[in-house]
Formats: sequence, C-alpha cells, structure tokens
Amino acid sequence: MHVLNFTLLTLAGALLAGLVGSLTGLGGGVILVPLLTLGLGVDIRYAIGASLVCVIATSSGAAAAFVKEGFTNIRVGMFLEIATTVGALLGTVVAVYVSSSTLAVIFGIVLLFSAAQSMRPRVEHISMTEPGTLGDRLRLASTFPQEGEDVSYGVEHVPAGFAMMFVAGILSALLGIGSGVVKVLAMDRAMHLPYKVSTTTSNFMIGVTAAASAGVYLHRGYIDPVLVMPVVLGVLAGATIGARLLARVQVKPLRLLFTVVMVALACEMLYQGLTKRI
Amino acid sequence: MSDAPAGHAHEDFALEQRLGTLLRAGVILSACVTLAGGIMYLAAHGMAPTSYHIFAGEPPGLRTVRGVITGAARLDSASIIQLGVLLLIATPVARVFISVIGFARERDWMYVGCSLIVLGLLCYSLIHGG
Repeated sequence: MHVLNFTLLTLAGALLAGLVGSLTGLGGGVILVPLLTLGLGVDIRYAIGASLVCVIATSSGAAAAFVKEGFTNIRVGMFLEIATTVGALLGTVVAVYVSSSTLAVIFGIVLLFSAAQSMRPRVEHISMTEPGTLGDRLRLASTFPQEGEDVSYGVEHVPAGFAMMFVAGILSALLGIGSGVVKVLAMDRAMHLPYKVSTTTSNFMIGVTAAASAGVYLHRGYIDPVLVMPVVLGVLAGATIGARLLARVQVKPLRLLFTVVMVALACEMLYQGLTKRI
Repeated sequence: MSDAPAGHAHEDFALEQRLGTLLRAGVILSACVTLAGGIMYLAAHGMAPTSYHIFAGEPPGLRTVRGVITGAARLDSASIIQLGVLLLIATPVARVFISVIGFARERDWMYVGCSLIVLGLLCYSLIHGG
C-alpha cells in the first residue's frame, strides 16, 4: 500500500476511534492498538508508540476543559503521578523482555477487563478524610461544583490507591494505553473520591503517565512520525467532534455497542497472541 | 456545605486556570506542526510503499530531542512531524513544571516536592531515554 492510501485509511480509523472514545467516555486509546495491529497489520511496537502519543493528545485536550471547571483534584493527581510515572518507567523495562505475542495476550485480558468495568453501575461516594491518615497529612480533601454549590469531599485508603496507580503505570507503558479504567478504579473504588472527580483526575494524570514511557519509546525507535501523524490528527479530530455532539447523542446504546466491539477485539487479540500470529 | 473545610480548592483556582490554558495551547500547537510536516511528507513521499508490519526502528535522527530539532531546522518533513510529537510529549511535562511554580507560590513545599519528583522522572525519560 502507498503511504498516501495508508495515511487516509489510518486517519479514518483513528477519527472513528476518537469519536466513539470521547462520546462513550471510555477513551479511544484502548482500541487503537487492536485497530492498527489487527486492522492494518502494523507491528505492535509501532502501534504502542503511536497509541501512547494519541493518549497524551486526547487526555491533554480533555483535561484543559475539566481542570478549568474545577472537578479535577490536582493534588491527588500530582501525588499519584509519582506512582504512575515510576510504574510507567518500570513498564518500559519489562517491555524489553516480553514478546509481541505475550503483549497481545495481556492486551486481550485488559480489554476484557475494561469491557466488564464499563458495564458496572456507578456508585457515588462522598467520604470524609479520617484525621491522622495519609490523605489527611497530604491535605487531599477538596471540593467540586454541583448545582452551583461547592461540595466538600475527603479521601480514604491512599496507600491502596497509590499501589493501584503503580499497576496502571506499568500497563500504560506496556500496552500503549492510558489505563483510565484502572486509574478510575483506584480513585473511585479504593479512595472513595466522587465519580466525576475520579474520572477527570484520571484523565488529567493520563498525559503525564503516557509521556513518561513515550520518552523512552522515542529513544527506542517505536515512534514513527509518518504513522503517528494520521493517528494523532484523526483521534484529536474525532474527540473534538465527539465533545460537540455529546449533548445530542444517545450515549447508552453507543456505550453498549462499543463494549461489544471491545470484547470482539479482545477475543481476536487473545487468539492471535495465543497462536503466535502477532 | 460551602462552610466546611474546603481543602485547597480556592487557592488552587489560579493554578487550575493556568494549567488548562497551557494544555490546550500545547495540543493545538503540536497538531499544527504535525499537520504541516505531514502535508510536506505526503507531497514528497506519498507514493512510496509502507512497511509497518516489520519492526525496523526509527533512524537515529528521529530518536532524540536534539536529532529531531536539527532535522526540523533542515526542514526535513519527517523531523517536523516528530517535532510536533515532541511538543505533544512536552505538554504534560510543561504542565508539571507550571505546577512546581504554582505550589511554590502557595508555599506548599510538600507538593513542590511531589511535582519535582515527577518532573525529574519525565525529564530523565525524555532526555536520557530510560
């Protein structure tokens, strides 16, 4: 295939991934690697490099809006980024020893897990920080806007959240994804932060986590500019259109459809990985 | 509820606004540079064959910050795209740098420390390559 044809095809796929990712709130990053490897026959290392760059683009673009609206807890984000960046750097070391087939299998498992999480009902938490705990000493409590008022919230189980963020960092580097699902789990389920604070703070952290491993992969030659160009521009355009359409689109059926696509891609990644086709 | 201990929400307001503006500017700038380099590349090499199914790794000039800047200065189209990618990777790094300054203004040394650790790890990755 010519570069021009390949670029246009990739641009269209990335646009769709960015659009659906932003409309469903599930992020397009998790389907970019399967799209590039299974759909376009790209080597998984190039796919991971390109996907990481897109993850930085979409998370930074979305974080720009969220952080101004006051949902993002920048202290929680900053503190937990220590865990995600250390995890990401460790992930780049682990990546050297993991074969492409094994990566495909791990990817399949993470996709299945993400699909399962997207179906779980949300539980809204407003907790108070216990005096003397790590969350209290780090002054992580804050407020978020709700119906014109500032609602105060606290934080619990900071060490557990920190440990989960470390795992999120490793997975992000290994698979070229944002690991938003694990990040939200850490803040929502473990640390009991309000759901909207968890999702926006997760998004805020994704760029820094991905940048940590993207730097290493740049030096390893995983980041091909000619491949990255249509992927990143397509995803950004798709995410921007998605944000505009959000108010006018029925998100629920789309979310269900996207989950089905994730499960299908997961099965294909598992099959290709287990039979050593990737 | 607004009388309850509000954490640092109000102190951090100025910092939040600055971070939001920076992130948006970084993404827009990098997208423009990537697009410009992409159009130049396609105009020159659009009919060349692709070979992404075999991993060969990028040439040394596209693997380091210095190499990319040197290539972009020569107006090499692949290097210009890679410069756009570097600007994108640099956006979260700049965000952490602004956080260091923001927390220092608030005299919140614990968070200056946290931000500095993250900034150090990011710079190590980008410059040294892990």
